[in-house]
Amino acid sequence: MAYLFLLPAALVLLVFHFLPAFAAIYMSLFKWDIVQGAFKGLDNYATVLTGARSEEFWHSMSVTLTYTLISVPVEVVVSLILAYLLFQKMRGRGIYRTLYFLPYVTATVAAAVIFNWLMNPNYGFFNSLLEGIGIGPQRWLDEPRGLFELIAGSAGIVLPEWAAGPSLALVGVAIFTMWKFIGFQIVIFLAGLGNISNEYYEAARLDGASERQLFTKITLPLLSPTTFFVATVATIGALKAFNQVYIMTNGGPLDTTRVLGYEIFKVFFQQGRIDLGATMAVLLTILILLFTLFQFRIAERRVHYS
Amino acid sequence: MSAISLSARGRGRLPRGRTVLKHLILAAVAVVIAFPFYWMLTTALKSFFEATLFPPTLFPAEAHPENFVQAWEAAPWARYFANTVIIAVLVTFGDVTTAVLAAYAFARMRFRGKQLIFMLFLATLMIPSEATLIPNFVLVTKYLRWSNTLQAQIVPFLASAFSIFLLRQHFLSIPNELADAARIDGAGHLRFLRSIVLPLSVPVLVTVTLIQGIGVWDSFLWPLLVTSSDTVRPIQVGMAQFRTEFGAQYHLEMAAATFVIAPIVLVFLVAQRHLIQGVARTGIRG
Repeated sequence: MAYLFLLPAALVLLVFHFLPAFAAIYMSLFKWDIVQGAFKGLDNYATVLTGARSEEFWHSMSVTLTYTLISVPVEVVVSLILAYLLFQKMRGRGIYRTLYFLPYVTATVAAAVIFNWLMNPNYGFFNSLLEGIGIGPQRWLDEPRGLFELIAGSAGIVLPEWAAGPSLALVGVAIFTMWKFIGFQIVIFLAGLGNISNEYYEAARLDGASERQLFTKITLPLLSPTTFFVATVATIGALKAFNQVYIMTNGGPLDTTRVLGYEIFKVFFQQGRIDLGATMAVLLTILILLFTLFQFRIAERRVHYS
Repeated sequence: MSAISLSARGRGRLPRGRTVLKHLILAAVAVVIAFPFYWMLTTALKSFFEATLFPPTLFPAEAHPENFVQAWEAAPWARYFANTVIIAVLVTFGDVTTAVLAAYAFARMRFRGKQLIFMLFLATLMIPSEATLIPNFVLVTKYLRWSNTLQAQIVPFLASAFSIFLLRQHFLSIPNELADAARIDGAGHLRFLRSIVLPLSVPVLVTVTLIQGIGVWDSFLWPLLVTSSDTVRPIQVGMAQFRTEFGAQYHLEMAAATFVIAPIVLVFLVAQRHLIQGVARTGIRG
């Protein structure tokens, strides 16, 4: 009887989730474009990591990591502060919460299209804001030059290439991502804040602790499991980024937003190289799992469990 | 479903100056978050000429609601909407059904290998969609020959470990006394599930339904890969398609974005409590 209850779900999960994960590894060991070809061992991995495809692969890997680095810390810090502000009793908190959460349910493609329009180089609202504070129009999602390079350039300083920073286009995609997910992270933080017992605060207040001390000595340490959870989820989301890149920049300008998710799509779908696409997908999966385990390890050592 | 506390319990009030500052910060962020929606709506109402003025006008000088008609008629939106609704209804219904049965088995039945099977189910949560994308594409298009069909967008999503896990947690919280009473009355598992468990689980079922429904509305990469004609395209792929054809017509593009976004925003506003609770509980991020 129990097995009958499990059967429908087990069937779907087995066929479309479980077996495909192993099939991806299997495919990465063969030559496989339109149909399956000869067994190639680890040749595909060599091609991607050190061979003919290595330049594109490592480029997209570095773009992916840069994107993660510029989006995740800001997302986590901003949503933590906002959640802390929202947590206290006050008028209108329900309205704020609903509003902040709204982008999260908004259809990604349509929302990304709105941001493209806001960042339009000729008629965009962002450029009119910049003009308001005396900065010239930017090309935003069409701008391959680095953020620091642009800032230094406006002061007449020429930076070396390694210090150019992420392209303005990549920053633009990151801005969209922050807008889209901040409400989600706030809700997770609010749940974490709700789990901290009020007694800690009352005891600390009796001892004469200031608001700042309450935040740094009680809230932050006791909230750290939640913070690590939010950081992990945001990191994994950033490593997998595809939709916003596909819509906003198509991997351009000059490949500066060509993240791994996009590279895989290009290689397997547009170039028809199923084997190389599967190889890259396996590598991305390993990276995602590594990040998850790594963050859990740090969490175990440093987090103060309440 | 025990409510997760998203609010302060009697935390002391802040001094007045601080409260004002806090409201200023929160309101400023609210403006930043809401502004893209405002910009979408106002651009959608402008003429093409006005939309391409720089600096842009904050309010449309004159409203052109006919832009919505023009955008609607420029692409098979009714088809896109119908496809999305069909997919969403079937996926949601299928997912909830398979999840209810499996979750009930895990929470309420005894059988051999339960721990192992449950771990295997949970393991699928760890597998990122990138890993399964290419094999699934080959399976669905080459072996099942479902290219450019609705079932290609439905069948792979008829079960999810996430829904099973969420429902199992809830089913575990139902008191054993109810199950004992039902057994004494001679009710089998199916009757107990139908007449006791499900009525007690309405909020969780609503949450799962909402999360799955919104997920379908937002799905993009998979339907982009497996569809090639408007007859089966869902709304987001339709939006991307529309953009490649009318991308320079900013006012029409924003009108289209408005009707792609509007239904999901309405659903959210009506049911937001369930959804936010569900997200707080599970931490699922698309």
